[in-house]
Parts: sequence; structure tokens; C-alpha cells
Amino acid sequence: MSIIALVGNPNSGKTTLFNALTGSNQHIGNWPGVTVEKKEGKFKHKEKQYSVIDLPGTYSLGAYSEDELVARNFILSGASDVVINVVDATNIERNLYLTTQLLEMGVKVVVALNMMDEAKQKNIEIDVCALSKSLGIPVVATIASKNKGLEDLIEKAVEYASSGEQPRIDISYGEEIDREIDRVKGFLDSSKSDHPKWLAIKLLEGDEEIYKLVEKKFKLPEDLLASIKEKTPDYELEIVDKRYAFVGNIVSLAVKKPAREVETITDKLDKIVTHKYFGIPIFAIIMFIIFQLTFVIGQDLLGGYVAGFVEFIGENLVKLLELINSPEWLQSFVSEGIFGGIGTVFEFIPLIVVLYFFIGILEDTGYMARAAYVMDGLMRAIGLHGKTFISMIVGFGCNVPGIMATRTLDNKKDRMIALLINPFMSCGARLPIYLVFIAAFFPNNGALVLFLLYAFGIVMALIMGKIFSKVLFKEESSHFIMELPPYRLPIFKYVIRSMWDKVWDFLYRAGSIIFVVVALLWVLSVLPFGVEPYSQESILGRIGTILAPIFAPAGFGTWQATVSLFAGIAAKEAVVAILGMVYAGVSEGTELVLALQDVFTPLTAVSFLVMTLLYTPCAAVLGTVKRETNSVKWTIFMALYTFVLGWIVAVLIYQVGRLLGF
Amino acid sequence: MGDVYLSTLKPNEYGRIKGIDSGCKANKRLYELGLYKNALVKVVKNDFGPVILNLSGNKLALGRGLASKVLVEPYFFERN
Repeated sequence: MSIIALVGNPNSGKTTLFNALTGSNQHIGNWPGVTVEKKEGKFKHKEKQYSVIDLPGTYSLGAYSEDELVARNFILSGASDVVINVVDATNIERNLYLTTQLLEMGVKVVVALNMMDEAKQKNIEIDVCALSKSLGIPVVATIASKNKGLEDLIEKAVEYASSGEQPRIDISYGEEIDREIDRVKGFLDSSKSDHPKWLAIKLLEGDEEIYKLVEKKFKLPEDLLASIKEKTPDYELEIVDKRYAFVGNIVSLAVKKPAREVETITDKLDKIVTHKYFGIPIFAIIMFIIFQLTFVIGQDLLGGYVAGFVEFIGENLVKLLELINSPEWLQSFVSEGIFGGIGTVFEFIPLIVVLYFFIGILEDTGYMARAAYVMDGLMRAIGLHGKTFISMIVGFGCNVPGIMATRTLDNKKDRMIALLINPFMSCGARLPIYLVFIAAFFPNNGALVLFLLYAFGIVMALIMGKIFSKVLFKEESSHFIMELPPYRLPIFKYVIRSMWDKVWDFLYRAGSIIFVVVALLWVLSVLPFGVEPYSQESILGRIGTILAPIFAPAGFGTWQATVSLFAGIAAKEAVVAILGMVYAGVSEGTELVLALQDVFTPLTAVSFLVMTLLYTPCAAVLGTVKRETNSVKWTIFMALYTFVLGWIVAVLIYQVGRLLGF
Repeated sequence: MGDVYLSTLKPNEYGRIKGIDSGCKANKRLYELGLYKNALVKVVKNDFGPVILNLSGNKLALGRGLASKVLVEPYFFERN
């Protein structure tokens, strides 16, 4: 099977092309850095199976960010038979810069000249044939979003991969640098590397990763290394300049574009949404409207049906079990364990579907990059990078991709802070907890309470970010550099697909981790034999009773709340599931709502909600933190500081609230 | 006319990149993002927060600190 790698600038339509080729379930976001890991998909062409790897979008193949390294290392590994380089036809100079780097690496490249429709709108004329000739590789015009040119692209890529042709590119970096490259190359030429010239160029460009690699692999004389290090500062930019000059030459032959840009719809919209004063309020209003719509559509319109459906299934299943004289414990497990626990979680699916749908639209239109832009001023003021905000917004869906999105932050300090504060972004799994309490205590102000909770999470994230940037990390924050992609109409199919992916993930987790947690807790709740299930005498009740005093100062020191919070560390969905089991023991959400009204007050409900918002993130998030930081210390730190912070704030809310007479 | 810093250009003014004197790493990054020597840029927004540039049709937001380290030669289109 042949392997095709997709490489391209962020926003070049690479992921759209990937989707169009493979029809796979993979997310496209219209902002830099959504593909944080390489994704794989498969397709068939003329009876042959092909595998496509979607590499992270990069501007260059340096070692500037983790994304670039992932892409570069994959290409260097030689795993792919051919590389499809997706080039944004509207921004051809910068995109071809990456192409030259690929060619210098000596890999087989086919250019997909994408977004030809947008280029046409901007009156950019490209002579595809001339471009192909001067680059010495196949170039195919495509419009990935409309499935145009893809057959041809695949045809050319497959043909080129199996041909004996090798890419040839010869950029002159000026006499002196060329001579240096040759000299360094002389020491590298051996059976140990396929791309000695590229390595030599990278060394002279001052690429630290390559430096380390070469040091390990080759025995270079000390004085050579020293002379490379000395010359790098002079050569570095010169090399980039010469590459651009090379690209400029090609472009001047093959591309005609108007001297001055006309004002586009994107420009007009940006005048409003990035406005000095209106920018932030517009962002806040958009988020508020999304929450409001989530309630109206997800709960009022759809919620009832799903609840009714779950109830119907639950009741009939139990009836069926009674009918076939199944053991009583099984009936109890099904009605209380499964439908009391997991069923409660399922009732919130419509809300989650609707919220994901709207966040997906925001992502795919390109508005997210503007949100990061308008927030940069505010973020700067507290010593954070504006891009941190993107990872925070992604975290609204789920903290796992949120934490992975911090990879787009280039320096370590910015990245660590963004990672540490991400769990305060209220993820989809915490939504059911809020909703159940809102239904019980604040039914008339649902959207407002929800909005305030999310906003409070953001505020806490910012405060902690400020503290971390002062206390933990002393380095300077890096500069804000970000592309603002043109607005695009979201492709409905992809928005739905990305939403479905997330919902499926939620269902999958509900069906696996949460099921296990719920089943385990059910067992603990009926043991030892003979006790009233879910009573304080059960093992579950006893454990909860021992730990409950921890939460007494926060006003919810009951064994039930305690057990649900600890189960929430496994998965946040488990919190509502456990509450459903221990308080109501029935399949209906409304009974849980009534039960909660008996044991919580509005004040303790608020302190409990704040605790669930802030305390230790779920196991999946901790696992991601471990993987991304490669540090057990930071993972434990994350688990503990969030717990302590959640506890302190919950206690403060309860105690101050009590003093004020709530 | 002498070179000025990018951050001093007003919206709708053009400039040709002449040089950047930030840290070396950021320098290279800007080059790679399309702010290479002699590239023509248009300032789209410059009031508060990062400066927004138009680089041959694509928009780039650049932190104010960085924008005040990019030297440009002001460029004027002839009236037609």
C-alpha cells in the first residue's frame, strides 16, 4: 500500500482535502493549528488502497514549534511514498516557501494548487503549466471544498510516486554560503543520510534539532561545528531571503495578480468584529447567544423527547426482566445502576449536540482567530499570550483537545501556563451537572447561570494564569503572530461530522468508562449483603461518610455529594450519574431534580457547581497532561492545585453566602 | 524618504519591508510568514492590540511589540 503525506500551510485547505479524499471523521477548524497530531485516512483509487497522513499545518519545516517538528520528522522518516503539498493559490509566495523546503529535502512532491476559486475572485491568474515546469514537479489545480481536481491530483501523485523521476531544485544561496554548504556536506556525505545537502543547509540555518541529530549521527570535527555556530547568525536570514528570491522568480513568471487588493467581505466584517471597543462585547454576545440557543433548542425543543425515550426503554426493560423472572439484583442493577445513572447522563445529549454544533460553526467560519485577536489585549495585560485563548475555547468542548491545542504556542512558558489553566474551561461533560442543578434551583435563569459559570471559569483561568506567569515561569512571553484566515461559509457536512465525532466520543465514554464507574459504584452500594441499596450503611455510603467532612465547610458535606465528586475524577459525566443513583435511584431526571431540592439549598448548589467547575479534571485530561508535559510532577501538580483551588473557592462562597443570609 | 517602523503606519498605508530587529528566532519566523525583505504590506488596523496587516491578500495580526521592530519604507501607489 502506498502512503501519501499531506503537507501545507495552516488554512491552505489541507484538512478539507484530506476529508474530501478519505471521507474520514476528522476535524477541520479554520484557524492555525487545529491538526495537532497527524491523522490517517484511507481511500481507494483504481482498485488500489492508499493511506493518507494529514500532517499539522506549518509555514516552514524548521523547529519553531512542535507542529513543525511532527511534520518534519514524519517526512524525514521516509515513510511516505509521495508528499502532496497543498498550496493556497491566493497566497502563493509564502506557500511556495514551504514547497522549496520540501524539495530541498529531496522528497517527491506534488503540488495541489488549492482554492483556485478564491484566487479567481481576487483576480489572481496562475499559469499552472509554467509553475509546474519551473518547480520541476507536477502541479494540479484543485478546489478541495467543491471536490474539484481531486481525481487528477491522485492520478498525478500516484504516477509520480511510481516514476523514477527525482525532484531537482537548485537554489543558489550566494557564492559564500553555497561554498559553506558544500564544505559541510563533504563531512556528511556517507551512507548515513539521504539528504546530506538539506542537513548542511539546516545546520547553517542554525537549526538546533538538526544540530543535535548530526552531532549524534556523524562525527564532525570540533572546529567545523564551531565555525558553523559562528556563521549562523549571518547566514540564517540570508538563506530565507534567497529562498524567497527563488520563489519570487517563479511567481513572476507564472502568476499575475492585481497590484492592489480590493476590499473583501472579510475586510468589512473584520472592521466590526475586531473593533477597538466593540470587539470584546461582540464576542461576549456571540457566546451568550450560543448558550441561549443551546437551551432553547437542546432542552426545550429536543430534551423532552430524549428523556421520554430513555424512560420508555428503562421501564420496559425492567418489565421485561420481571416477566422472565430474572434475579432481583439484575433488575435492581438495570433500573438503578444503568438507567438511574447512565440514563440521566443521556438525557443531556441534545444540549451537548447543540452546543457542539454552534462551536463547530464558530471554528469553521474563521471567527475563532478573531476571538483570539480581540482577547490578546486583555491576555497581554495579565502576561498571557493571545493564542492561549484559542486553546481555552477549544477546551469548552473538551479539555483534552484544548490541552493539545496549546501546542501552537511557541514558547515553553506560554504553553505550560495555557495547559495548566485549561481545565477551568468548562467542558461538555460538566454541562449535565450544571443543567441538573439549574433545573432544580434556577429554572428561570438557566442561560444566565450557565453563562456566569463559564465566565467564572474563564476568570479563574486568567487569575491563575497571571499567578503562574509571575511565580512559576520567569521567561518573557513570546510575541503575538497570527494569521486571520478569510471568513468562509462553514461546510455543513463537516460541521455535522465534527459535531457527531464529539457526541460519539461522549457516548463512547458514557458507554465505557462511565459504565464501569457506575457498575463499580453500584456494587459498592449494595454490599455488604443485606443492606438497603444506596444507604449510608453500604460500603459506598461508609466511604463517603469518612470523606464527607472534607466538604462540610463548603456546605455539601454529605456522603452522596462526596462520592459523586470523587467518581467525577474518573469521568465528569459520572457526577450526575452517581447523584442520580444515590438520590433518586430512578430513571427520571425530574425525580433527581426534586431529590436535589430537598438536600441542597441554592447557596450550596452554587458552591457545589463551582467545585465541579474548578476541581481536579478527569482522568483523560490528566493522562493528556502527562503525555504533553512528559512529567509526572506537573500532572500531580495539576490534579492537586485544581482540587485545592476548587475547595477554597467553594468554601468561600458558602461561608460568605451564609454570612449574607442566603 | 527614510524608513519608519511598521507600527507608525496608519490604516491603508503601504510599506516595503526593509529589515527586522527583534530576536533572531522571531526574525526568521516573520520572514517565513511572508514578511520577507521587500515584501509589500498594507496596514489594515492599527489602534489597539496587535497590528493587522494585509500581505498580498492575507491577513496577519502582529503583536505591537513586534510591529515596532519591523522597518519599512513607506510606499505610495500612483493615483490613477
